[in-house]
Amino acid sequence: MNGHSLYQPQSGFMKWLEARLPIWSLVHSSFIAYPTPRNLNYWWTFGGILSVLLVIQIVTGVVLAMHYTPHVDYAFDSVDAIMRDVNFGWLLRYVHAVGASMFFFAAYIHLFRGLYYGSYKAPREVLWILGVIILLLMIATGFMGYVLPWGQMSFWAATVITNLFSAIPVFGQAIVTWLWGGYSVGNPTLNRFYSLHYLLPFVILGVVVLHVWALHVVGQNNPTGVEPKSQQDTVPFTPYATIKDTFLMVCFFILFAWFVFYMPNYLGHPDNYVQANPSVTPTHIVPEWYYLPFYAILRAIPNKLLGVVMLVSAIAILAFVPWLDTSRVRSATYRPLYKQFFWIFVAVCIGLGWLGSKPAEGSYVLWARVLTAWYFFHFLIILPALGLWERPRPLPTSITEAVLGPKGGAPVARGAAAPERRG
Amino acid sequence: MGAWRSKALAIAVTAAGLGSLMLATARAEDTIPPRQSWSFSGPFGVYDRGQLQRGFKVYREVCGNCHSLKLVSFRDLGDPTGPGFTPAQVAAIAADYKVTDGPNDQGEMFERPGRPADHFPPRYPNDQAARAALGVAPPDMSVLAKARGYERGFPWFIFDVFTQYQEEGVDYITALLQGYEEAPQGVNLPQGAYYNKYFPGHAIAMPQPLATNGQVEYTDGTPADLQHYSQDVSAFLMWTAEPTLVRRKRLGLQVMIVLIVLAGLLYFTKKQVWSQVGGHA
Repeated sequence: MNGHSLYQPQSGFMKWLEARLPIWSLVHSSFIAYPTPRNLNYWWTFGGILSVLLVIQIVTGVVLAMHYTPHVDYAFDSVDAIMRDVNFGWLLRYVHAVGASMFFFAAYIHLFRGLYYGSYKAPREVLWILGVIILLLMIATGFMGYVLPWGQMSFWAATVITNLFSAIPVFGQAIVTWLWGGYSVGNPTLNRFYSLHYLLPFVILGVVVLHVWALHVVGQNNPTGVEPKSQQDTVPFTPYATIKDTFLMVCFFILFAWFVFYMPNYLGHPDNYVQANPSVTPTHIVPEWYYLPFYAILRAIPNKLLGVVMLVSAIAILAFVPWLDTSRVRSATYRPLYKQFFWIFVAVCIGLGWLGSKPAEGSYVLWARVLTAWYFFHFLIILPALGLWERPRPLPTSITEAVLGPKGGAPVARGAAAPERRG
Repeated sequence: MGAWRSKALAIAVTAAGLGSLMLATARAEDTIPPRQSWSFSGPFGVYDRGQLQRGFKVYREVCGNCHSLKLVSFRDLGDPTGPGFTPAQVAAIAADYKVTDGPNDQGEMFERPGRPADHFPPRYPNDQAARAALGVAPPDMSVLAKARGYERGFPWFIFDVFTQYQEEGVDYITALLQGYEEAPQGVNLPQGAYYNKYFPGHAIAMPQPLATNGQVEYTDGTPADLQHYSQDVSAFLMWTAEPTLVRRKRLGLQVMIVLIVLAGLLYFTKKQVWSQVGGHA
C-alpha cells in the first residue's frame, strides 16, 4: 500500500525525540496518515469501538478490584458494598457488567462482518486467527469475571464449566480437582479465577496490539473485497476514519448508557443476586447471553466428551475459515449464494442462542441438534463447496469505480486526500 | 436487494420453527404476576417517600420478624431519594435494635442499642438457628427485589428493552403476598407448606404474612389493606435492593442528553469532512 504522507518532525524537541525514539512517527503512520479504503461502511467501526470497550473494562475493573474481596464468605457482600457505599460504585460495577455484554455484542458484529466480507482471506489469515484467539480469551475472561460476585449463577456456572474437563479421558477428574484447588468449587477456585480475571485482559490487550499490527501490515479489507490499487482508493485515517469511528462510537455509547442507567440488570440473571449456596441447585443453570449458542451446542450432544469436543470445535473452527472458504471472491456483495447462506447462518446462531436459554428437554433438544448440525455443515460443507459451485458477480476494477461508478474516477483533491497536517 | 430477501427468508424460517416451540411452552396466564404501576419505573422514576416509609413499617412489624436486611445500614434510611427519614428518626429507629458488638476489654461480646452507622442486625445468628426455629431459613431481604423475577418469554423480553420494564422482581413479590389461596382439589402439599398461586411450584414454606386489614397501622390515610401492604413493602424492598436507582436515572438523563447532542454534532462534522471525498460513505 502506498502511504500518504511521511511524518516530518518540525519542532526541535520532536526532531530530538524522533532521532531517539520514533514513537510519534509510529502513531502518525498508524492513526493519522494510515491509508484506509474510502468505501468502508459503518460495520468497519466496531474494531475501534472494541478497543475503547477494552480500555473501559480494564479501567473500571482495576478500580473495582480495589474494593472487591475474593473470598467465598465476603465476595458477595463486598460486591454489594461497592454498589451501596463506594462513591459511584454502582456506576463502576454496572459499567463493568454491562460493558462485558457490550464487548461481546460488538465482537460478534465485528466477527460476522469479517465473515460477510471475507476479511479472513489471504493475506489476512494471521490477522483473522489473532481475532479468534482474542475471542477465546474473551470467553475465558468473561466466564471468570461472572464467577467473582459469587452469586448462585456464578457458583453453578463455575461448577458446570469446570466439570466439562472431567470429560477428558483418564486424566479428566484429576484435572478438575487441580482446577478447583480442592474437591469442589470453593475458595481456592474463587481466588485463582480472580487472579486470572485480572491477568487475562492484559493478555487480550497484548494480542489486540498484534491484531492491530497485523492489520496495519496487510491493510483493511473493504466492502468490495478489492484491494486498493491507487492513492485514489484510500483516504488518510485522520480525519476520515477518526471522525466516522467517533460518530458511531458515540451512537454505540448511547446504547451502552441505555442499559447502564436504565436497565442494568436486564442482561443478568436474578439468581446471581442470591449468594452462592453449594447445597441448592438453581432450577435452570443458564450462562450469560453471549455464551448461549455455545451452551446449546454443548447440550445438544448426548455424549459429554463429544459435547465438549463440539463446543470447543465450534469456536476453533473459525480459525480454519481462511482455508475452508475456497472462493476467490472476498465480499458477499458479489457472491449471491454465499450471501444467502451467510444470513441463514446468522439466523442459526440466533436460534442456537435462544435454545441455549431453554431447558434441555423435548423438542428444544431436537432443534438444538438440527441447528448444531447446520452450524458445522456451514463451515465444513457449504464454505468449501460454494467456492467451487458459485458463479460470483463481476467485481469492480477498483474501489473508486465501486464508489463513483465506471466514469467517476475523478481524482480526489490532493488537499483532501493527504492533508499535510501535523498531529 | 437480494440480501434483504434472503435474510428475511432465513429469519422467517427460523422464527416459524421456534415460534411453534414457544406456543407449546406458554405459561398459564393467571400465574403471571400482574403489572403494577410504580413511581420508580421508567427513565424519570423516583421513589415515593411516603410509600417507602409505609413499606418500612410493614417490614419492621411483619417481615422483619423472620427476614434479615443485613446489607442495609440504618443511615441509609435517611437517604433523601429514599425513605428520607430525618437524622433524629434514623437514630431512634437504630436505637430500637439490639446490635452485638465487641469484644470489650474483658474479651466479652456485648449487646448495645444500634447506631445509624450499623447494619440491620441479623434476625438469627446463622441459617441453622433460623432453620431450627422456623423449619426453613428465610432469605435475607436486602437485594430480594433483584433476586426474584419471572420469565418474560419471547417476544416480551425484546419489548422490555424499549419499555425499560425492570420491575419483574417487585411485581412478583407484590403478587406473591396476595397469592395465598386454598389449594385446589387434587393438589397435595408437603408438610408445612402453603399454597400460593404465584410461587414456582405453588408450595411455599412461608405462612401468609399479611392477611387482615389494619394488621399494620397506617397514619397517612392510605387504606390499610393487603393490596397496599403488598405494594408498599415491595417498593421498600426495591429501594433496599437498589438504593441508588434515583441517582442512576438522574445521571442517565444527563449522560443521554450529552451523548445525543454529541452524536448530532459529530454526524454533521463527519458529513462535512467526507463531502470533500465524494461518493457514498
